[in-house]
Amino acid sequence: MPESNGRQATLKVYRGTKDKGEFQSYKVPVEAGMVVLDAIHYIQQNFDPELAVRWNCKAAKCGSCSAEVNGMPSLMCKSRMDSFKDGEDICVQPIKTFPIIKDLVTDVSWNYEVNKKIKAFSPSPDADWTIYQEDIERVQEFRKCIECFLCQNVCHVLRDHERKDNFMGPRFMVRVAGLEMHPLDEANRMKYLKDEGHIGYCNITKCCTEVCPEDIHITDNAIIPLKERVVDEFYDPLGKFIRGVLGGGKKK
Amino acid sequence: MTQSQLTDLPESKLPQSNAVPAYEGPTSRKDNWWVEPFLIAFVFTAFGIYATGRAIENNLYEVGPYLSPFYSPNLKEFVPWWPLSPAFLILWIPLSFRATCYYYRKAYYRSYFMHPPACTVGMFKGKGYTGEQSFPFVLQNLHRYAFYVATPVLLILWWDAIKTLYYDGSFHMSVLTLVMIANCILLSGYTFGCHACRHIVGGKEDCFSCPSNESKVKPAFQAWQLVTKFNERHQQWAWTSLFSVALTDLYIRYTCVDPNIAFQLF
Repeated sequence: MPESNGRQATLKVYRGTKDKGEFQSYKVPVEAGMVVLDAIHYIQQNFDPELAVRWNCKAAKCGSCSAEVNGMPSLMCKSRMDSFKDGEDICVQPIKTFPIIKDLVTDVSWNYEVNKKIKAFSPSPDADWTIYQEDIERVQEFRKCIECFLCQNVCHVLRDHERKDNFMGPRFMVRVAGLEMHPLDEANRMKYLKDEGHIGYCNITKCCTEVCPEDIHITDNAIIPLKERVVDEFYDPLGKFIRGVLGGGKKK
Repeated sequence: MTQSQLTDLPESKLPQSNAVPAYEGPTSRKDNWWVEPFLIAFVFTAFGIYATGRAIENNLYEVGPYLSPFYSPNLKEFVPWWPLSPAFLILWIPLSFRATCYYYRKAYYRSYFMHPPACTVGMFKGKGYTGEQSFPFVLQNLHRYAFYVATPVLLILWWDAIKTLYYDGSFHMSVLTLVMIANCILLSGYTFGCHACRHIVGGKEDCFSCPSNESKVKPAFQAWQLVTKFNERHQQWAWTSLFSVALTDLYIRYTCVDPNIAFQLF
């Protein structure tokens, strides 16, 4: 680490498990360009090698170092230390929505279980694989997702209302949107979205979009278009009648 | 053993959010997260009181060629049997459009229902929550129908503004006319940037090039791109048009009292 300019930050880091733990304070020298993950590494190297933290790329691309910094879900590698005021305590907690394993590490495996139930990409066997940019642009935005699960963490339906029994969460609505809007996909996931993923639980308060480190417009470009497609299928008798007469709608 | 359809996990294996000791109270945020929902609730409430008051007033809404947006289209001659203010026959249309609007839903779920008031602020907890899955909020799915009925009302407001340019056999221009036109522009930006409109004009398509499958100009793609441009600023259109409609009405009300403040330019 480069020489400190004399500035110090106080980090209050959660240490413990789901049932037992406390916040411990550490004083860390602050350098130009330093991020919270650097400070956590400084603590590991200088004060407490047993501090558990999950990380990998330190470049906001692996989605591993999700945490809550001063109460806001963020990647520790994208939380710059110079964004905090001098003398401000920086509180670092594990994400709330998934159970703590140790310190800042949580068990996010529930997400992989949800993912398994989504019908995979289903092109026609005789599909023409020539794809034009305008047809794939929407889907490309969704492919930026790094699965940091900050959107799942901040979603109040999962976080506060504990609807992990019924609600798939924003991450998987992004995945479904990427499949549904794909020009070559032929599956229909509308019934799944309505009756199993329960897209209706989402009341579009946009917190998922606010915390996304990849700037995916989760609500406007994925969730709302999916909600409108569910409306097409289940809540719009006039539209359904017109489509019945004139034709339209691609999927089985 | 019960099991949800969402995963193959039994209910007993579903993860729970962390509580104390890591989390205590509704939030760990240190910023003034309450300011935004408070201000939004204040402005919505003020607008609601003003609009209701103006509808009940049933007076000072028409002077010369100028007609208040709260009373347009002017129905008083078409429904003489209607005992209340004619504004009540109209205001349900913009009200239903705004109440089911995806932006306003975010705003009032946060400000009035506190579900949640701000990100990571958990005021209400528990599994009773069903969001827009059940009555009454399942009715939000009718937003596109509100769009269908709001669009003709907007066209009538455009006509109201345009007809103030020509009356008594000659062309006229006033500050009030400019205000009415500005109001229509803002309302158009809001209405035609609506998420339902975005879906209807092209968002529902999976493939803009199909079935011809060749790269050429596609009307659905162009329409979708245009609406998307408005949609990206939907929040700003929503707020500016809300203020403009109230200010236009207020201006017309005071012009009814003193016609000189229309500031006739020619």
